[in-house]
Amino acid sequence: MNEGIYLKNLEFSYSDLNVINGITTEIKAGEIVSIVGPNGAGKTTLIKIIDGLIKPSRGEVLVHNRKVHRLSSRNRARLISYVPQNPRLPGNMKLIDFVLLGRNPHLSLVEWENEKDIRTAIAAMELTEVSHLANRHLEEMSGGELQMGMLSLALTQESPIMLLDEPTSNLDLSHQAKIMSLIKKTHQTKNGVTILAIHDLTLAAQYTSRVILLSEGRIFADGTPSEVLTVKNLSETYGANVVIMPHPSGGTPVILPVTENYPSTT
Amino acid sequence: MNLQTSFIPAYSNEITTLMTMPITPKEQKSLLPWRRIIIWIFISLVCCVLAASIGSVSIHPMETIMITLSKFPFINVDKTWEDSSYTILWEIRFPRILLALLVGASLSVAGATYQGLFRNPLADPYFIGVASGASLGATLVFLTNVPTVIGNFNVLPIAAFIGGTGAVAIAYKISSTSSNTKLATLILAGIAIGSFTTAVTSILMIRTEPDLRPLLSWIMGGFIKATWADSLFLLPYLIPSILLVCIYSRILNTIQLDEEYAESLGVNTERTKKVLIIVSTILTAAAVSFSGLIGFVGLVAPHVVRILWGGDYRSLIPTAALVGGSFLVLSDLMARTVVSPGELPVGIITALFGAPFFIFLLVKNRSKIY
Repeated sequence: MNEGIYLKNLEFSYSDLNVINGITTEIKAGEIVSIVGPNGAGKTTLIKIIDGLIKPSRGEVLVHNRKVHRLSSRNRARLISYVPQNPRLPGNMKLIDFVLLGRNPHLSLVEWENEKDIRTAIAAMELTEVSHLANRHLEEMSGGELQMGMLSLALTQESPIMLLDEPTSNLDLSHQAKIMSLIKKTHQTKNGVTILAIHDLTLAAQYTSRVILLSEGRIFADGTPSEVLTVKNLSETYGANVVIMPHPSGGTPVILPVTENYPSTT
Repeated sequence: MNLQTSFIPAYSNEITTLMTMPITPKEQKSLLPWRRIIIWIFISLVCCVLAASIGSVSIHPMETIMITLSKFPFINVDKTWEDSSYTILWEIRFPRILLALLVGASLSVAGATYQGLFRNPLADPYFIGVASGASLGATLVFLTNVPTVIGNFNVLPIAAFIGGTGAVAIAYKISSTSSNTKLATLILAGIAIGSFTTAVTSILMIRTEPDLRPLLSWIMGGFIKATWADSLFLLPYLIPSILLVCIYSRILNTIQLDEEYAESLGVNTERTKKVLIIVSTILTAAAVSFSGLIGFVGLVAPHVVRILWGGDYRSLIPTAALVGGSFLVLSDLMARTVVSPGELPVGIITALFGAPFFIFLLVKNRSKIY
């Protein structure tokens, strides 16, 4: 538990709407976890609570045995990096300057980036294959390139824990696969924790070893992709009929929705 | 946790080559554009000499430089000038130029800070109510029986300063809960308080009889009555405030992301907002208290710098200070020479000459702004 994350009796509500209704679980060092669930299940809120951006109304988050909400912003940012979903980005900023902002938690108020920080940023951009865009302004970049840029920024933070909120939304087929395999690749190079909130169940099953299915702010199911992503679980949480079949390469579950006028085979 | 421990297992080879690879000039960021700053210090000095030499009595620029040098210790300059030139420069023009330079720099830094903090290109130093609060303070002094000078102190600037900072303090209080400050609420509260104080000021002006000209000339802004004492009084507010904004300039870059995103990168956004709002309000209120409400320079100088040299606040803040200072020195020069022997309010000049130049830059660089 030392190097992992421990969520204890988490509860959170926006005014009188309960978004998180008592979540307790442990994520060990080395795990890569998907958080899935229908819209409004509390995925994004949970991610923000883990990053300390939202204070839970009850319960606590322990990261490396320290209470996240007691840490200073700077110490927290050294432990946890966060890739938000569709943030508003300053269009007139160059990619290299953007990625270098990831060094902020390592710099004091009067310090500016030195050569080592710049090399760290460039190394991260090499890894996500956007280093050739270093001098491009953010407004001139495609959605996929921006997502890669945000991933490089998070890598530049050099934190053991990475949280990603819908990293594949707004991306085309090939970018989805590319960013997921990059996330997995960078996860495997460190003994840290990677947590993704993700809509695409098939991608979640393909790239992560553990899936947490949320429903109405509670953990509905938790386990390996094939344990969690079952027809029964998904119809109970999403209220949708699905077909599940093994992926041609790898055998992980592939989830397909079935509509009424499209005859089901199950 | 650093790069080595986090990446080395699988990427050791790639990382090693990257770490030894020379950084190309394009990738190397020069952190402060020293050359540009030195050039602009030089331009500011030229503007000052020009403004000191031109006027109803013209003085040769060399003479201006000599008189200035004679004031420095350890520099011996033969006295070749007339006493009257010395008096005009030292008693009238230099205090005025210094005050214009300081006010221009302060308003530009405050404007750049508000633009960055609120992520709003329309923000200027008067964005959240400083100007109208200061006007109310000044009006109260003018139109009541409070003596305008107590001892050695001029009461008007102090009243304007208190009015300006007070208006922002109220807006800030309205927009803050115990845990956070909503910037959108702060802008709206500032605008509301601004309108309200403007209305009160107008009522006071209508309801009272005395000659309003001194008040109106303060509201329109200018440096006619500038003295050395004004600048000396302002320096302890302005210099530390500008330095503090320079220190926070890297954080200002980070704040350009969403507030939550910046927070996740280790920025204490609440403290940053508080510090920057306090500092830029002090800058604006102090500048305004002696010179009156000079418009346009605080809005436009940061944008000019942004268009010409990019939006990195670390270089934007010092450059905008120098550009804004020089611009106001030149504007004041025009204000007192164009209709000589009369004078125009300097705010008219800043708008009359600044606006067309700014529009020219906008048209030329349509894509570059914000």
